[in-house]
Amino acid sequence: MILTIASGKGGTGKTTVATNLVQIDGQRFKLLDCDVEEPNCFLFLKPDIQETIKINMPVPDVDETKCTGCGKCSEICQFKAIASFKTPDRGFCITFPELCHGCGGCMLVCPEDAVTWGKREVGVVETGLFDDIKMVHGRLRIGEAMSPPLIKAVKKYVEDGYMNIIDAPPGTSCPVIEAVKGSDYVVLVTEPTPFGLNDLILAVEMVREINIPMGVVINRADIGNKMVSDYCMEQGIPILLEIPYDRKIAEVYSRGECMIKSLPEYHKLFSDLLFKIKKEVQV
Amino acid sequence: MRFGRAKFFIVVDMETGETKTVDNGISMNALQGAGIQAAETASKLGAECIITGNLGPKASKALNAAGIKTFQCNGGTVEEAIQKFKNNELSSLDMPNVEGHWQ
Repeated sequence: MILTIASGKGGTGKTTVATNLVQIDGQRFKLLDCDVEEPNCFLFLKPDIQETIKINMPVPDVDETKCTGCGKCSEICQFKAIASFKTPDRGFCITFPELCHGCGGCMLVCPEDAVTWGKREVGVVETGLFDDIKMVHGRLRIGEAMSPPLIKAVKKYVEDGYMNIIDAPPGTSCPVIEAVKGSDYVVLVTEPTPFGLNDLILAVEMVREINIPMGVVINRADIGNKMVSDYCMEQGIPILLEIPYDRKIAEVYSRGECMIKSLPEYHKLFSDLLFKIKKEVQV
Repeated sequence: MRFGRAKFFIVVDMETGETKTVDNGISMNALQGAGIQAAETASKLGAECIITGNLGPKASKALNAAGIKTFQCNGGTVEEAIQKFKNNELSSLDMPNVEGHWQ
């Protein structure tokens, strides 16, 4: 099973939910941190790193001796990652690998077979083990703008026979969709504020678009107002868990510890959450 | 004004003084790579020199590759810019003078 923890708004508690959930007994867990721009699951569960693998994506390499500067590659490229020039004395291309999305269109249309695959490093995938929890995360290369290829690489580690928990990036754009798609269930973490509600609505619309069942966790549940719970009720989205606003939780978090270990009184909240999710998925 | 995001280009034949207007809307509205596309357009128009306000890093790389020289002129009319160019009053922009977007 694949369970993705997402949110519209950032900083609502995705990682808190993910890292605590995987420590519930009686289940084999695999935690995949797909927030590759700022992965933080490894800060809370400190796994021993087993392997570090560089992830590349394909970008065009142009053989200058073959290129005539016909412009077909540049015409098909939607991202202007390849530019073509024809001057009276020569024709040639220049590439902007950092803009390339790796579609391979330039290679297909080149009548001279001048384009071959080069590569650009997008980041690394690291795997590790914490107790018996298998962990994987991606770390985007500094300066790299495109995270979906790395997220895809992290998701290749999804394993049958495990409860795979994906910690998604915030928002509702391409990286989030890459993280969420293919999941059996999505948990949206929010907070009971106008900002939380606004972004929750965006996230709900996104998850509906890709047709995955979902539930909501409200963090810092006793601040703000009732608008989020009213919205969930009206939309028929189950509220799976409400985490209270408790200074102790913030203190534990700031030390890089997990609620479930440092504040055992919250253990039940997360075991109930897991139980409810499993029930929702079966329905 | 930035080269890649210019709404129009005025192409001037320095010998005859003839001008034409070229719409750069397609680059102006591009999500990314506006400077690259604008450089391609300039090259296709047969431009040897460009006079612009600002030049981004990718436009600069593309124009250099295409062998097109760039000069800076901020403000004023096209006529004034051409006059300054003729009088050698414009400084050349061999390097980008503004940063890329989203970098």
